[in-house]
Amino acid sequence: MDVDKGGQSADRPPSPIEFRLDPGSGVPTYLQLVHQVEQALRLGHLQQGDQLPRVKDVVAGLAINPNTVLKAYRELEHRGLVAGRRGLGTFVESTLDRVGLREQAALQKSMLAWMRTASEAGLDEAGMSALFTAALHELRRSGAGRTDEDGGGRAGVVA
Amino acid sequence: MSTAIEASGLGKRYGRTWALRDCSLAIPAGHVVGLVGPNGAGKTTLLSLAVGLATPTTGEVRVAGGRLAGSAAALDAVAFVAQEAALYRTLPVADMLRIGRSLNRRWDDERARARLAELGIPPEKKVGALSGGQRSQVALTLALAKRPELLILDEPLAALDPMARHDFMAALMAAVAEDGVSVVFSSHVVAELERVCDYVVVMHGGRIQVCGDAEDLVAGHHVLTGPADRADAVAERFPVVRDRRAFAQAHLLIRSTDPVAVPPGWQRQPVGLEELVLAYLREPSASVLDGPRPVHGEQAACR
Repeated sequence: MDVDKGGQSADRPPSPIEFRLDPGSGVPTYLQLVHQVEQALRLGHLQQGDQLPRVKDVVAGLAINPNTVLKAYRELEHRGLVAGRRGLGTFVESTLDRVGLREQAALQKSMLAWMRTASEAGLDEAGMSALFTAALHELRRSGAGRTDEDGGGRAGVVA
Repeated sequence: MSTAIEASGLGKRYGRTWALRDCSLAIPAGHVVGLVGPNGAGKTTLLSLAVGLATPTTGEVRVAGGRLAGSAAALDAVAFVAQEAALYRTLPVADMLRIGRSLNRRWDDERARARLAELGIPPEKKVGALSGGQRSQVALTLALAKRPELLILDEPLAALDPMARHDFMAALMAAVAEDGVSVVFSSHVVAELERVCDYVVVMHGGRIQVCGDAEDLVAGHHVLTGPADRADAVAERFPVVRDRRAFAQAHLLIRSTDPVAVPPGWQRQPVGLEELVLAYLREPSASVLDGPRPVHGEQAACR
């Protein structure tokens, strides 16, 4: 399949990202969309000024209720990440702080090393996941962690 | 507030059998409404009455902002896709369009032709020669060409394979996004509801059993899991929709609009729309009818 990376063509979709749904995840549909936008911001697939997929396109692609998409976009607006422009669409206002790609790769490498050690110690995937979650909780409680929920872990913010 | 469908004291008797009884509801406009229930629950009867294809034995039903069902004003504003996309099989698609154009006061022929072209359905092809998925798309195209305020569909997904089902729903949802049309459709496919519907009506035995905004319904139900020997005490405090007990553990699906104070030793889990609807379908004696009051008629809605 040819992918045109050249200039704007007339039938090119206006957004650099596309949504997908995981029906078995148990996560409400609108939250899945919210998470995917946040993820795309973190990974740099979406940048300031970029347009989110048009409601009509999302709905026609995923066969979901347009109100669900609107709810997701409202939530993203509420989190200060995007803004709707009447008649035009919804656009990225600010990006999430993202860790550089090289740093991400390094962190993943050290995590992989940790996982190998854990595996050798006899821990299975569920066990590792439980440990990770527990450590994350501890980090949050100690106040050093960053959270994205509700505009960001007020208790943990150090001025 | 404008309503898509409002009924008060609505009933329909065929011979000695009541297909629909004491039906009072008020569904606000702007929703995608899923109408579910077992065979013989009265879904098709309710939809036929709303479209004006049948006349009520008791009560009345109004559609698209208070127009009496079956009146000229209602016929202009309501489009209907019948079961198995009833079309004349021996006619070419173009002739179906011509019929639609001459039978309706509102008709957007250009849009209908554009849709068919987009779907790759040749107008000269006979309806009978189309696939089931294409036929359903033609029926939807004809219905949307009316530019209706309310679109009613009876089992639109029943005869379709999974891909055609997805395509049909995608086309339907795109119409909702573009035109803001209210949609009411009956279905056996409970799993589809969660993605598509934001309002749910469950019927059983000719009566309305559940009626409400999907988000409110989900927020108003919880599963409490705890020790079976204390389940009776918990069950006394809340209306229980579904009660599952083993000798040690109990799962109670309860209804409560207030934030539930979880009893000590119990855990609360959220419940999905599909699980909720299934629980009500299995428990015909439980009901939740908390929709808004109808504008017309003196009966309280959804008690």
